[in-house]
Amino acid sequence: MKTARYGIDERPIFVIDQSRCIGCEACVQACSECGTHRGQSLIHLERIDRVASTQTAPMVCMHCEDPTCAQVCPADAIKQNEEGIVQSALKPRCIGCSNCVLACPFGVPKYVADFDQMMKCDMCTDRTSEGYAPMCASVCPSEALWYGTPEEFHARRSGSLVDGWLFGRQAVTTKVFAVVDDVASGPIDVPSGEERSWLDDPFGLEEDRP
Amino acid sequence: MARIPVTEEALVERFGPHLNEAPPGGWDADLEIDDVVATHCCFCGQQCGIKLKVHDNEVVGFEPWYEFPFNEGKLCPKGVKRYLQGSHPDRLLHPMVRDESAPGGFRQVSWDDALGKVVSEIQRIQAAYGDDAFAMLSGVSLTNEKSYLVGKFARLALHTANLDYNGRFCMVSAGAGNKKALGMDRAPNPWSDIPLADVVWTAGTNVAETFPITTSYIWRARDRGAKLIVQDPRVVPLARTADLFLPVRPGTDSALFGAVLHELIRNDWLDHEFIEAHTVDFDQAAAAAADMTPAWAAGITGVPAARIEEAAELWGTSATGMMLHARGIEQQVKGTENVLSAINLGLATGKFGKPGCGVSTITGQGNGQGGREHGHKCDQLPGNRDITVPEHREAVAKVWGVDESEIPGKGKPAVAIIEAIHAGEIKGLLSICFNPAVSAPDVNFTREAMDKLEFYATIDFFLSDTGRHADVVLPGSLHEEDEGTSTSGEGRIIKINAAVRPPGEARRDGEILCDIAERLGKGEHFRYAGNEEIFDELCRASSGGKADYTGATWARIEAEMGMFWPVPEVGHPGTPRLYEGGTFAFPDGRARFHAVPYRPPAEVVDDEYPIWMTSGRVVSQYLSGTQTRRIAGLVDQYPEPLCEMHPRLAESLGVEDGEPVTVRSRRGEITLPAAVVTTIRPDTVFIPYHWPGKQAANQLTIRAVDPVSAMPEFKVAAVQVAKAEAPA
Repeated sequence: MKTARYGIDERPIFVIDQSRCIGCEACVQACSECGTHRGQSLIHLERIDRVASTQTAPMVCMHCEDPTCAQVCPADAIKQNEEGIVQSALKPRCIGCSNCVLACPFGVPKYVADFDQMMKCDMCTDRTSEGYAPMCASVCPSEALWYGTPEEFHARRSGSLVDGWLFGRQAVTTKVFAVVDDVASGPIDVPSGEERSWLDDPFGLEEDRP
Repeated sequence: MARIPVTEEALVERFGPHLNEAPPGGWDADLEIDDVVATHCCFCGQQCGIKLKVHDNEVVGFEPWYEFPFNEGKLCPKGVKRYLQGSHPDRLLHPMVRDESAPGGFRQVSWDDALGKVVSEIQRIQAAYGDDAFAMLSGVSLTNEKSYLVGKFARLALHTANLDYNGRFCMVSAGAGNKKALGMDRAPNPWSDIPLADVVWTAGTNVAETFPITTSYIWRARDRGAKLIVQDPRVVPLARTADLFLPVRPGTDSALFGAVLHELIRNDWLDHEFIEAHTVDFDQAAAAAADMTPAWAAGITGVPAARIEEAAELWGTSATGMMLHARGIEQQVKGTENVLSAINLGLATGKFGKPGCGVSTITGQGNGQGGREHGHKCDQLPGNRDITVPEHREAVAKVWGVDESEIPGKGKPAVAIIEAIHAGEIKGLLSICFNPAVSAPDVNFTREAMDKLEFYATIDFFLSDTGRHADVVLPGSLHEEDEGTSTSGEGRIIKINAAVRPPGEARRDGEILCDIAERLGKGEHFRYAGNEEIFDELCRASSGGKADYTGATWARIEAEMGMFWPVPEVGHPGTPRLYEGGTFAFPDGRARFHAVPYRPPAEVVDDEYPIWMTSGRVVSQYLSGTQTRRIAGLVDQYPEPLCEMHPRLAESLGVEDGEPVTVRSRRGEITLPAAVVTTIRPDTVFIPYHWPGKQAANQLTIRAVDPVSAMPEFKVAAVQVAKAEAPA
């Protein structure tokens, strides 16, 4: 089953919905099976605060239109391909300074000491250029990572897609989308605290007992 | 005596577990792919489709199988890395016999010598102590064909009643409950029903870690606006976003279900037409629940009464609903009662036989569904027939070409077999794909029992913790080295395709069994041209039984991406959803309500053992870990067992996260690091069970079983927990 090629046919999109992540690490294991960096997993899966919650958050490269990592690279080693996919640092140029690691607003690039090179998610170029979904989005059992056309997304799933971000005064537009509940409802804010949920007291320790 | 021949260190050095980190040739090897074989994952009852890439008779990688409708390419981490169990340094390549003087305690022998020894010991033991003194233990990592063959082999070649299987530790409570209430043992729904449910209720199932693929089905229901109820002692990953969380105390599920039934009746959230037309004994179930008020249940279960009322309202007022349950409610001494009380809720509200409606177990083991149909249970013959019913025996005897009297009677279930070994009644054992030294309750007792066997032979691909006790080790086949079918948790018969041939001198399991049968003088019943012939015989033997495969063929299964049984005649399309139109699998077509009064677990907490202990799985390991503890990526993900406890408990013990704690029960003790998390009940600790020896959670569990299903109570034990003393 092939879908249209990422960035070429301008059709399929990559979507992250952190709220659906179940922390299984199928993406982490599958990333290391990607043909362009076999044995090396480049996806991030963060445990937010395991004491408090099982919440985990997967992070692929967001593939910024104007990538910060490339802007700060003193060696001009980080390039986008013609489809706008931001690549790992060019091996002959990378000086391993980790400017990109520090500068990326999404915390994506990794300096891999074994190769003395910055490596990062390349949206499985080997797969997407042939019309296949990236490894992580292929296997993700909860569809927290998802790959397909916007039409398929809206036919199958709820939520709004977001590709614009503000980091202080820096505005970033990304090729990868994130899912939010309802973008029309205005800026995403922290909950007011007025709405009570069982999550405030999962085991009913504070609730009245008969 | 089947004692471990050498030290554990020496065994580990030779037989592992060693970690396979990379595919054959290493990560950088750019191997030419000779073949890409569409088959299924060997881990868990979801049986996800997967494609294995082959180079020179080795599996070197995988590719998602997007076209397989159940999982559409999705896999969990076990599925992603499952290919690394092949070409493994620990793979058993030759027959071996126990030899204390040999490196690792085992000496390579010829197949002829190994099989000769097995046969002479079977004959010696049966001549001296009777046929039933030689037992067989089987497993549901086996295909349908092998499950069927093992059942026939034990009855006709070994002529022993004492055959049972490791599904005894997994699916039997669900199976017993389904048969009693609905008339047959299969998940009532295809998984495509889950997205159609308006309320999804998961009861005692950590879906995200044990059945990850099912998560996507639940999300699809939620995308339609479905409500999610999660019932568990822990805030498992799926619970995080639930509409309602029922933090049930281990071992109290039937009290919770009883109170929900009470509320359904009190508020008249009942489907009277359905109850009247399609069920019997509602009044008895109602009478048993008459005093089970939410307030009463809150005291027993620890779930606030208001949440029980809310659960009843969500379930009772939703037009459609699916309840999914698993080992959390089933691995208890009242596992069958828990299942029956869950089914009561489905029957009371008419949630069966319709799109988006059902109360369904989630099958745990790889072929946990098919493996419980074809006759390698102690009380069962093919077609899910009852070995004690004369007509059932006649039907199978006819297919086997024997007189009915030649089929032994009902044997002992797994725990009773282990106890009979310990008591000296059973003297010899042949096992295949079963590792009770890790997976049985009270494993210290199990290991003592293994030591007492006069003779033990095992067929396996790695030397398991149980296999270390063996006198003879017969190297069998991995999942990807043999061809056949399995039946997934939704009742879909699927095709397992061989990607490679067994390495070294290892052989396909069926050939080994047939060879032993031949040497025992029973060869006439075990001459098959191949596994497809076994499948065809299985279908004939199932014909007319509840698990009816009559019209199934390998060709159709492959062409149709699986077939849902029953397939009662040639050309039949299969039956994805059971009980359509409210017709249940009883002669009168009516489902049975059951009165389920509450009773406590076998062991309850007291002053000496004041904490509840429950056990389960983590996402990166599978069952006793025989396969998954040998794959580096999976071990990295969760390298050792941890004891989950709430900060309140940790504080009272003076324990910080990561510090070692000692957990003791009346059976044994284990010392392991604490994982301090707010996601578990403060009166309960959780320990995953995938590890052997001193790391085995089952040192703590109790050898008490469900009187109906003989399922052990893995989910409830009373323990004491203390900060570990510093090592001397």
